[in-house]
Amino acid sequence: MAERRVKVESEVGLHARPAALFVEAASKASGNVTVSKDGSAPVSAKSILAIMGLDVRNGDEIVITADGDDADALLDRLAEIANAG
Amino acid sequence: MLRGVGVSSGVGYAPALRLSRSIPEPPADARHDGDADAEIQRATSAMEETALDLTARGERVGGAAREVLAAQALMARDPALADDVKRRVGEGATAARAVSEAMAVYRDMLASAGEYLAARVADLDDVRDRVVARLLGVPVPGIPESATPFVLVAGDLAPADTAMLDPERVVAFVTREGGPTSHTAILARSLGLPAVVACAGADAIDDGTRLLVDGMTGEVVLEPATEAVRAARATAAARDAAAAESTGPGRTSDGHAVPLLANIGGPQDLPAALDNGAEGVGLYRTEFLFLDRADAPGHEEQVAAYRAVLEAFPGGKVVVRTLDSGADKPLAFLPAPGAEPNPALGERGLRMMRRHPRTLESQLAALAEAQRGTDAQLHVMAPMVTDVEDAEWFAAAAATAGIEHAGIMIEVPAAALRARHLARSVDFFSIGTNDLTQYTCAADREVGGLSRFQDPWQPAVLELVAATATAAQQAGRPCGVCGEAAADPVLACVLVGLGVTTLSMGATALPMVRAALARTSLAQCREAAQAALEARTVAEAVSSARSHLPGLADLGL
Repeated sequence: MAERRVKVESEVGLHARPAALFVEAASKASGNVTVSKDGSAPVSAKSILAIMGLDVRNGDEIVITADGDDADALLDRLAEIANAG
Repeated sequence: MLRGVGVSSGVGYAPALRLSRSIPEPPADARHDGDADAEIQRATSAMEETALDLTARGERVGGAAREVLAAQALMARDPALADDVKRRVGEGATAARAVSEAMAVYRDMLASAGEYLAARVADLDDVRDRVVARLLGVPVPGIPESATPFVLVAGDLAPADTAMLDPERVVAFVTREGGPTSHTAILARSLGLPAVVACAGADAIDDGTRLLVDGMTGEVVLEPATEAVRAARATAAARDAAAAESTGPGRTSDGHAVPLLANIGGPQDLPAALDNGAEGVGLYRTEFLFLDRADAPGHEEQVAAYRAVLEAFPGGKVVVRTLDSGADKPLAFLPAPGAEPNPALGERGLRMMRRHPRTLESQLAALAEAQRGTDAQLHVMAPMVTDVEDAEWFAAAAATAGIEHAGIMIEVPAAALRARHLARSVDFFSIGTNDLTQYTCAADREVGGLSRFQDPWQPAVLELVAATATAAQQAGRPCGVCGEAAADPVLACVLVGLGVTTLSMGATALPMVRAALARTSLAQCREAAQAALEARTVAEAVSSARSHLPGLADLGL
């Protein structure tokens, strides 16, 4: 399982458009993808409601994990989304 | 007669049809017949159909509503939600009950995050209603079907509703909630339909009641007499004709010039400003160039966005407001120094710039460069200025950058009360009536229940406008108004009578304000202003001002 720690630079955090893009990207993966904030219990990155519920704001630090063959490429993409927008 | 806030002008007359939103709550003891797999299949299908429907609506509307609808489709397809629904059905609940309960869990979670996620809670409620309606076999909430024209009456309109609107059938909107910037208002203006929002009595309107809606005055007449409909339509036609005839620079009937300017958020708003005859820009909200981004735009990008606007008004005045961040407009690269219990009273506008002087310097440098080689008259002003020290600090920063005309916005009562002192430090004033009203009446703009105090007709607000305009006049400085107040044709005449020298507003309001001024002399404006100042209440201020503005009567204003 691959893991990535990301400081969220997106202006609106993981809400609105970045949240939707994040979930859409995670949903394409075959394996499990999770997100946690401040050491909270990890939630599924494929669930828009769970992601919104984490209430990740600009400047928060999150930990994203993914398993499967393309885990690293996926984590790159997810980190990119969390830092754009 | 009911009264709300007119947010999109025009007159509409037709029977009312209510947008149905009342989806029954599946009872807590609703159990299925034992075939859990079949019931899970029903729930899954209803959620998938809802997602497909929301996506299709999004494709139809495009724009910002499309993003909202795409996010709602993701909610309907949410795998965590689906697992929860399956579990509940497995325990015996019907599909509708299981969806309702599972959604409630997430709703509570989002609602506990406070105001920040309030709009998402409403989006989730809408998804829940749609899925449950399918499962219960009741109509999915949305625009009522009708073969004949109707007035749409609702609590509020959601983005999903708007995709199904047939402008051929809907002649006007009336909603219980909403304000000038609500989704309903924006939609109505884009479709050119009359709309009245924040209409407290809207819930009591029954289907089929014939309604006469005036989107200019905010009046909604139930079962009007034939004559009233005829008169309202004639008035609307007279307004349209007056607006169409009003061309050229803004002036009173006796030739007193009042430049009419546009409020814009960027170059994309220029076509509408030019189409409606703006003589320049009275408020360029530059924070719109910076929203939704993690870092400040670079020098070249800023120069291009400013120059495009300056070049559109050769010889005209372009008033640029420096970054107004904080409170309701947070910018990622300018975080508030700490949690603020009252953001409207916190680090915003110039206060934020004084914490981040580099950001202001780079903006002023880009503005100075943008002006080189254009012949527009660039004016730059700071928002949320409180005292002389603020004003002098900004004037010095602007002078250092080579900006010739530096001014300040008057939004804080302290600044209005001391305008005669501030006038010595800066070149011009621009009164932001929305915030001046908020701070004068101590009523947060974002709180819907306080609309009585969010009215620029409050005599206390007019008193501060008068003090500011008089101080500016005595110092030989221009004093504009760039808030919603300038867009109200009656109030615009009163503002001119109080001594305001330019009016700036959303572009679509320009023709009507131009027409109102053209039918009124400067003396009448002054009499109306005096009458409004003497009034004891908002209603009295409006009616006594009107009585001194006879030229507006045949426009029904």
